[in-house]
Amino acid sequence: MMDLLNILLSDSFWAASLRIATPLIFGVLGALICERAGVLNLGIEGIFVVGAMCGWMAVWLGAGLWGGVLFAALAGAFFGLLHAILTVPLGLSQHVSGLGITLFATSVSYYTYRTALPNVSSPPRIEPFQALDIPVLSDLPFLGPVLFQQTALTWLALLMVGLVWYVMNRTALGVAIKAVGDNPDSVDAQGLSVYGLRMGAIVAGSALMALGGAFLTMSAFDAFFFGMVNGRGWVCIALVIFASWRPGKALLGALLFGAFDALQVRLQTEMGALVPGQVFLMAPYILSIIALVIAARSADYPRALLTPWFKGQR
Amino acid sequence: MIRIEPRESPSRAFAVGIPVLSAVISLAFAAIPLLAAGANPLVAYGEMIKGVFGSVFAVSEMLTRATPLIFTGLAAALAFRAKLWNIGAEGQLYLGAMAAVGIGSGFLDISGLLLLPLIIFLGAAAGAVGMMAPTYLKVRFGADEVVTTLLLNFIILIFLQMMLEGPLQDPMGLGWPQSAPVLDQGMLPPLMDRMRVHSGLILALVLAAIAQFMLARSVWGFKLRAVGENTAAARHAGINVRRSLFVVAAISGALAGLAGVSEVAGLKGYLTSDLSPGFGYTGIVVAMLAGLSPVGVVIAALFIASVFVGADSMSRAMGVSSFLADLVVSMSLLCVLVGGFLARYRILRTRAAKA
Repeated sequence: MMDLLNILLSDSFWAASLRIATPLIFGVLGALICERAGVLNLGIEGIFVVGAMCGWMAVWLGAGLWGGVLFAALAGAFFGLLHAILTVPLGLSQHVSGLGITLFATSVSYYTYRTALPNVSSPPRIEPFQALDIPVLSDLPFLGPVLFQQTALTWLALLMVGLVWYVMNRTALGVAIKAVGDNPDSVDAQGLSVYGLRMGAIVAGSALMALGGAFLTMSAFDAFFFGMVNGRGWVCIALVIFASWRPGKALLGALLFGAFDALQVRLQTEMGALVPGQVFLMAPYILSIIALVIAARSADYPRALLTPWFKGQR
Repeated sequence: MIRIEPRESPSRAFAVGIPVLSAVISLAFAAIPLLAAGANPLVAYGEMIKGVFGSVFAVSEMLTRATPLIFTGLAAALAFRAKLWNIGAEGQLYLGAMAAVGIGSGFLDISGLLLLPLIIFLGAAAGAVGMMAPTYLKVRFGADEVVTTLLLNFIILIFLQMMLEGPLQDPMGLGWPQSAPVLDQGMLPPLMDRMRVHSGLILALVLAAIAQFMLARSVWGFKLRAVGENTAAARHAGINVRRSLFVVAAISGALAGLAGVSEVAGLKGYLTSDLSPGFGYTGIVVAMLAGLSPVGVVIAALFIASVFVGADSMSRAMGVSSFLADLVVSMSLLCVLVGGFLARYRILRTRAAKA
């Protein structure tokens, strides 16, 4: 028990939690924007892969770290646009289209990577984002290592939580996005474009998702591996329900997940002799299902989620 | 201005024509990545055709690859008909495979003719349980089955690795994470001498025929379609919706479990954690290309298997990445989606009405 307490009080544990949570923060925020506008985006898993591959490749080709981030976001926006066209004006099944985008985005990424690097045994590395070292702040006890020795992308994620919260709750655009996910007819009656709002939300949300992927290759690791996304996108789809489509709770959900994952890794090293390591590896996915089951009962889904809308048809 | 209007009755020609056209278009699109890789697309297509139809061996390989896809395609098609989104066929496949090697590798002292039927039955049952659990969470707690089945795929794969390093590990396997081999009398017999195609294919075809008949002709099939098309109306008509969902969940999971049985007991003989290169996910594409019809699943599975086998062979000959096959498969799904839209709606150009 003392061990557990030691882990929970250590600054390295909380720093790791925030680090693990970062891609999920991007992903949950992206999924949240799409779903608030009434469209489920199961393309998330593939968009993570695209973001991871494109961000890494841009840097590898010499675009610079922020160039890589920008390129990843644009690539994510492109696949988001594809999903938007299929699900909004064409009104096709959001489930099937999303899975199709995931398969397509993943295979495009893998094919591109393999074609660019046909015969590499160990993936080429880039110089990733370094931990910010802010004078004075980084030297604070506890807060220093946890908050002020993270990379710029983690700070970007935290900034995005605030930005998405502000747009959703304090601007006319946010009101319109939420309305288009609840009652598109009323938005249309006000003379706003339902198609435009929904498609814009999907494109913006997908760009955010891609940043989650980019964090993996440009901050958490320094190279691209097949299968490195490993279900993180699907976890975000579960977390967004847990977060009841609110940015603040999305941050909380991602942090809880990150803390649990960080704890799992530490317990694995402490108790590895007693319990097979896989039990700990399974735990985050099981936790996601439990979170979903708990949240599902009272979940207040955007009312027009999954329902296509056609102009002039009621 | 553009107006979108539903067609009165989507024609039958569309139902057949669109998947075929989607397949052709997705193959044609493959020319772009082929050119990007510096390969001549026409030569590449030639290599692919040779790789699938060039010899008896090639055809046997294609049929071997199609077998698990028929099972997982049927699993997706039946569940999707009832609007039960089973995205967990990948995990259910491994549950079936684990049951097959658990019972088939000499764990129980069953000899002779009983072993194979028992393997098939328990493999199917394991898959069925794997889908009924998320269906329970959906019906009881309202937990979205898309997310739970997707997450279960990861959980089951990790569980499999644990089993392969633990109770299921082959004691003679020099420490490799693989199971002991299935006993000879537990194996699905091969269909041809010196070829890999096995009687799992026959089982898949028989099940597709049964599914086609049940879906079109039986009361059960009618209920299933009613639940999928309009749940509220089905409930109003006195159909027990929950029960229908559990039944289709069990059947869908069982079919996915059989894909695992067929791969283990028909092809590989033992279980490793890379038994399936995503057969569960590809089954969804198969089902969509098939328009969720069981007979269509067989045809679509043959097509997708041809793409994989053809691309593998082309890849060996020309050095183009075999991820090309995944690219073609995913594009065919997107094409058939758009095609389905064109079948159901027509796009009219209208003049903007004067206010």
